[in-house]
Amino acid sequence: MLAKRIIACLDVKDGQTVKGVSFENLRYAGDPVELGKIYSEQGIDELVYLDITATNEGRKQIYSLVESVAKNLSIPFTIGGGISSVEDAENLLIHGADKVSVNSAAVKNPQLVSDLAEKFGKQFVVVAIDAKTINNEWIVHTHGGKRPTDKELYSWAKEMENRGAGEILFTSMDHDGHQTGFANESLAKLSDMLSIPIIASGGAGTMEHFRDAFLIGKADAALAASVFHFGQISVPELKNYLANQNIQIRK
Amino acid sequence: MKIAIIDYKAGNIKSVEAALQRLGCDTTLTKDIEIIKSADKVIFPGVGHASATLSALKAANLDKLIPELTQPVLGICLGMQMMCKYSEEGNTQGLGIFDVNVVKFQAVNNEKIPHMGWNQISSLKTPLFNDIPEKSYMYFVHSYMVPVFKDTAAECGYCQQFSASIARNNFYGCQFHPEKSGKFGLKILENFIKL
Repeated sequence: MLAKRIIACLDVKDGQTVKGVSFENLRYAGDPVELGKIYSEQGIDELVYLDITATNEGRKQIYSLVESVAKNLSIPFTIGGGISSVEDAENLLIHGADKVSVNSAAVKNPQLVSDLAEKFGKQFVVVAIDAKTINNEWIVHTHGGKRPTDKELYSWAKEMENRGAGEILFTSMDHDGHQTGFANESLAKLSDMLSIPIIASGGAGTMEHFRDAFLIGKADAALAASVFHFGQISVPELKNYLANQNIQIRK
Repeated sequence: MKIAIIDYKAGNIKSVEAALQRLGCDTTLTKDIEIIKSADKVIFPGVGHASATLSALKAANLDKLIPELTQPVLGICLGMQMMCKYSEEGNTQGLGIFDVNVVKFQAVNNEKIPHMGWNQISSLKTPLFNDIPEKSYMYFVHSYMVPVFKDTAAECGYCQQFSASIARNNFYGCQFHPEKSGKFGLKILENFIKL
């Protein structure tokens, strides 16, 4: 059976990991490739590197990072952050990225998603959607969640699927950072509505939250950052737990 | 060991190239017929669309060359599918090395298509799977598949049982990406270079 995926997300700035990461008292700061290797050895199924570099000069460093990750890791990885054109995506592909994730640029120019899917195939295109509830409606936000748009989550996700998104990475801003669980009800609705995989993001705090994202939220994958980085949950422990809950997991 | 990786702009080949280099191979990304013919082993990668791939292969005369190769050849993902007789993807003729048609997945239980992620392989045959445990997980990304047939060397289940790997004479194919399948995937590449 197809396994549910566990994904770790690493924030990268100027080619370096932003936050420190702890594994059982060992503290690794900096090298995103070394961190990726550790996660890979622990059994993570996929990695997302999110480039939060603000300057164009710094952005170029992402290419050498991508090349190094491709050479040193043998699991799939996605690059997100600042991708706003077919050329940006192609440069990442050439350097070895398996997938790219687009967010604000897709809102600004939805045609970009169609163009990426046509040129590189759907499997290459992850559409990231950040949304929060305003007056009981899920409103899509861009620019790292700072700017509200006129888009509503479900219709936007459907449009992205129609345009060729291969996966939807849905981050609930209501849940993100609270460690109280994923937005399971909305995840389940997305999963029922769409025929592409849904990645749950925002809210992981305990191993039970991952179980619920899969069983209640019907997510195909669950993504987290700080619970892994700060050693709150270890990947092998999480995978054992989920397997014991009869969830199909790669071990 | 000289390995030729067939170059027809098949998307992401960095990882397979790096994995082979780590195993001590001398890799060349090429469409040069003489270099491919003289290589010890040939990798036929593939990401993209079948009909576009066939055009690219024809433009470089590789559609004639590949079936005549006598050294071990490993087709990966679309590379494997292109070695079959015909593909429903874009109504495309394949290279005909394997007497089977490539067909689109049909969801039977609302499965999402493409089949994307880690899935288990079983009924492992051929030395490609030496030291690979039954039910090991491999990384798949595809919407079309090769049904189980006489040359199936490994099976996987999604919508139905299909060929995760095929083998005939010196030709091998993996539907999954060994270069993205962790340590067992790397072991498969190592087994291939030992053939």
